[in-house]
Amino acid sequence: MMAIESDKVTADVVEVSEFPHIAQRYRIFAVPKVVINESLEFEGARPEAAFVAMVESVAGRQDEETPQG
Amino acid sequence: MPILSPADQEYLRQVFAERLRDPVTIVLFTQRVTQIRIPGYECATCRETNQLLEEVAALSDKITLEMHDLLQDAELAQQAGVEEIPAIILKGHNKGTVRFIGVPAGYEFATLIEDIIEVSRGTTELSPLSRETLAKLAQPVHIKVFVTPT
Repeated sequence: MMAIESDKVTADVVEVSEFPHIAQRYRIFAVPKVVINESLEFEGARPEAAFVAMVESVAGRQDEETPQG
Repeated sequence: MPILSPADQEYLRQVFAERLRDPVTIVLFTQRVTQIRIPGYECATCRETNQLLEEVAALSDKITLEMHDLLQDAELAQQAGVEEIPAIILKGHNKGTVRFIGVPAGYEFATLIEDIIEVSRGTTELSPLSRETLAKLAQPVHIKVFVTPT
């Protein structure tokens, strides 16, 4: 859904049992597991607002970085 | 032998007829069934995925299936950032990139159907606040959701 709403977002749903090397690389012991930009990760579902807040914490917000005027 | 039962096909045909708005293309990077097997490149779930998506695409004239062989269309796969197959990329009114890696079976099949509909309509059920936040992201984000079939 997030990738449908923002051109900044790429969302992959990865069926990890087919790709043991991916499971190993990301140390997946429980699903669902979410990894954002290879940096922030968590296991289990999150409420929408919390998930979006995490995405924002990784990606930053435009109007904070663009100088005004 | 179809993967989707006649009842499931009928149900999906109806859902698509009611909820799809604009055309959606399902781009599938896979291994062609007829291709000579190359050791190390066998794809365990490609055959099943090819068939499943062919069946889904047949249920609505708004859904187009575009199949590419990972090895024959290696350049295209590279442009799309596809390294593992089967890989599904949905194209429609989505602003970002929506992909499924691996066979979309079990619960992921429901997610795929829902995503096809949202990509067709260009709308999601996210809250207005979430949509506003996502529209203002400064940097690209790559979200990977790891799942297993259930």
